[in-house]
Amino acid sequence: MASEHIVVNCTINGEQQVFLANERDSLLEALRDRIGLTGAKEGCNNGNCGACCVNMDGRIVNSCLVMAAECEGSEIRTVEGLAEGDQLSPLQNAFLEQAALQCGICTPGFLVAAEALLEQNPDPSEHEIRYWLAGNLCRCTGYDKIIKAVQQAAGQSVV
Amino acid sequence: MVTAQSKETEQYNVIGTRPIRHDGVDKVTGAAQYGADLNLPGMLAGRVLRSPHAHARIVSIDTSKAEALEGVQAVITNADFPRAGDEEIDTGEGTANLKWVLDNVIASDKVLYKGHAVAAVAAADHHIAEDALELIEVEYELLTPVLDVRDAMVDGSPLLHDGLHTAAMDGSQSDNPSNTASHLQFTKGDLDSGFAEADVVLEREFETSMAHQGYIEPHNGTAFYRADGTLDIWTSTQGAFVVRDSVAPLLQLSPSQVKVTPMEIGGGFGGKIPVYLEPVAALLSQKTGRPVKLTMNREEVLLATGPTSGTYMRVRMGAKRDGTITAADVHLAFEAGAYPGSPVGAGAMCALAPYDIPNQRIDGYDVVVNKPKTAAYRAPGAPQSEFATESVLNELAEELGLDPLEMRLQNACVEGAQRADGFTYGVIGNVECLEAAQESPHWQSELQGPNRGRGIAQGFWFNIGFESSAYAQVNGDGTVPLVLGSTDIGGTRASIAMQLAETLGISAEEVHPHVVDTNSVGYTQVTGGSRTTFAGGWAAYECAMDIRRQMEERAAQIWECDAADVTYGDDAIIRGPQDEDGNDQQFTFKELAGQLVTSGGHIVGRADVNKTSSGPAFATHIVDVEVDPDTGKVDILRYTAVQDAGTAIHPAYVEGQMQGGVAQGVGMALNEEYYYDESGDLKNASLLDYRMPTALDLPMIETNIVEVPNPGHPYGVRGVGEVPIIPPAPAVRAAIANAIGVHMNELPMSPRAILDATLPSGD
Repeated sequence: MASEHIVVNCTINGEQQVFLANERDSLLEALRDRIGLTGAKEGCNNGNCGACCVNMDGRIVNSCLVMAAECEGSEIRTVEGLAEGDQLSPLQNAFLEQAALQCGICTPGFLVAAEALLEQNPDPSEHEIRYWLAGNLCRCTGYDKIIKAVQQAAGQSVV
Repeated sequence: MVTAQSKETEQYNVIGTRPIRHDGVDKVTGAAQYGADLNLPGMLAGRVLRSPHAHARIVSIDTSKAEALEGVQAVITNADFPRAGDEEIDTGEGTANLKWVLDNVIASDKVLYKGHAVAAVAAADHHIAEDALELIEVEYELLTPVLDVRDAMVDGSPLLHDGLHTAAMDGSQSDNPSNTASHLQFTKGDLDSGFAEADVVLEREFETSMAHQGYIEPHNGTAFYRADGTLDIWTSTQGAFVVRDSVAPLLQLSPSQVKVTPMEIGGGFGGKIPVYLEPVAALLSQKTGRPVKLTMNREEVLLATGPTSGTYMRVRMGAKRDGTITAADVHLAFEAGAYPGSPVGAGAMCALAPYDIPNQRIDGYDVVVNKPKTAAYRAPGAPQSEFATESVLNELAEELGLDPLEMRLQNACVEGAQRADGFTYGVIGNVECLEAAQESPHWQSELQGPNRGRGIAQGFWFNIGFESSAYAQVNGDGTVPLVLGSTDIGGTRASIAMQLAETLGISAEEVHPHVVDTNSVGYTQVTGGSRTTFAGGWAAYECAMDIRRQMEERAAQIWECDAADVTYGDDAIIRGPQDEDGNDQQFTFKELAGQLVTSGGHIVGRADVNKTSSGPAFATHIVDVEVDPDTGKVDILRYTAVQDAGTAIHPAYVEGQMQGGVAQGVGMALNEEYYYDESGDLKNASLLDYRMPTALDLPMIETNIVEVPNPGHPYGVRGVGEVPIIPPAPAVRAAIANAIGVHMNELPMSPRAILDATLPSGD
């Protein structure tokens, strides 16, 4: 049952990374245990909750369902890559201003997913936001303030 | 109607505003450190072997093959723990028998539910630990599982615990052993004459399923036992001191040997009060001399942590034709899970709490079954008991042709009313919530369309106070670090810091709150019971008053006058008597802060409070639904939550608590259930099949904060977290009945349940 290890080269948040992955490691495990980026969270480890959501080559993926070995040559963006230095992104600021988080464990996944939504659809309707974010579970907020934060980041007026 | 921007809060500068929470940036950048994020040098990974059976005797456990696997450092079972005595320990919102606490952490002679921990491994990484679990050989002798609360109560039912007898409220015990751990009863007036006065009497039976808190962060626990006998624990917990006071006796250590550091917590809702992994990590660390981290996966969370009780309930209620409720008889049988301790007591006290009913009897039974040991879940016991009573009240109103909101107003408890358990209300906002709901745009609107309906329900929760500690230092630049013992689960760093800021007359941003370990702050009870902003805020208020007094003394020393002649104003100006030349003498807070070091040293304020008072919470919810008659699916079209918060310290987070409570209550109403087969196997132990509401399942949730300040708190706080989970299920039930004319008597009211109730039967 001994595991093989694999060298993986990829770009994470704009930085070249080389790391040694256990062949059984998911991307989530590699990010958290090998690279030390713990912003992506494990909520279910089977793709149901979205807490581990990261952007891989322009697509949002549940990193618990991607093997680390599949990431050779990929460009990966995590919640740690959203801000520029101490300048938060408009979406991050909107989450703070709208009080769109309580415990905060689902927040990294929501931010990564919502950022990808706004890149594709800069002016989404409420239904489009809810549909896009239905793969991310939040148990604290009832989603209301999360939807409003995304609307604010899209430049829409928020009641 | 009083709202969040009312006169009551205009007297404040900080309270009632919406500052950015202090821990916010860390939580939107991924920097916040939750329990599973911890990584220590030399750390091992632990995994737990769990029972595949719901009820079985453990005949033998052979760990030798697992121990021999390369990379495995230790394997433990219950036998490796010191023998737990027959003592009661503080478990946060009550006490528990230490042997049962240990047996739930890791089984001794019997496994009592599927997923019950049996052994644990520490290894070089979690892959190896998982491989090792497969090498542990456990021989079981299968026993008949007891899965239904009514079956469990019957004489002759298989017993979970041979030595368990039914305890009555007077302390007496039943002669025969039983699965019914306790029976409680509250009475008021005369039930028979009450029902004799009624023109209409309705009786209904209800069944509700176990449901899980569903926090997104699984449980975790990391421990490092050092050679000098000190034990460090890092964990996601609602109560660091509860972890300390549970782990220390389980390992026969002094509390002084154990330091618990509460990490950021990814939700709890009551479910992260008990210990599960922490004692196991501690023993594995003791065996290996290295730090050990354990985490649960989602299946383990659902199988083996503490959901809330499934129930069987029966309610009989009578009313006069004019709507006056004359009598109510409530029977509550709650599943405790594998060990005694369901929330039936709280459920019983809450059952009729919003109403002044002269004749009442409430019976509650705490019953063990072969399911996980239940834990607190947001207003523990009340969503079930109030679902039953609110549902019958709604049907009574329908039967009498009365407006359900008017009927509630007519019977509502006001100041001075007494519950069946003997508690007499002080100033409460029960009527104010109902009136605000009545005036709301939602209640005033018309609902049209086929298969659509509207429902309403009321909710009550106690809220609690108890012990909190705080200290704060005045820095030379006028900023104030504030040290707290309460895990911040949804913005309480901010709500407590705001009360310190208000009292000192400075801004919320000038206070810097920190949550620290058990050696670095005074005893603080759990983040639960809607107590944190109430009791933590009270501690912050007293801490600030301590600083004000010391700053008056310091100013007096500088001005060489009597401290009694110096006053610290609410505007944060410290004023003294005129000097020799007749000039006014005063310092701003910041000016005096800058002179502290040179005038005698720093100032530290501190406070420890233990408040047995509390401010009860009431809520009124209105919901519109549409039922799909072909699929049985219920869509929530519109939702309004009205709630008395006392004073809303940070209204945005009060709204957030209300909206989050609604979402969980809607989940409980429509989808969430523990689905067992007859062998006691949980068939839906994943977040795909345990179906919690997604963003697509809910509309925006309209909130209306009513503020009836609690006279028993310096700033009128009541507590807000729990009551909003209570009204959704009965309100949704009423809306479904209004839409399709069918009264559902089970939770969840899933598509399957609705089709069962609406489609003609096959025969």
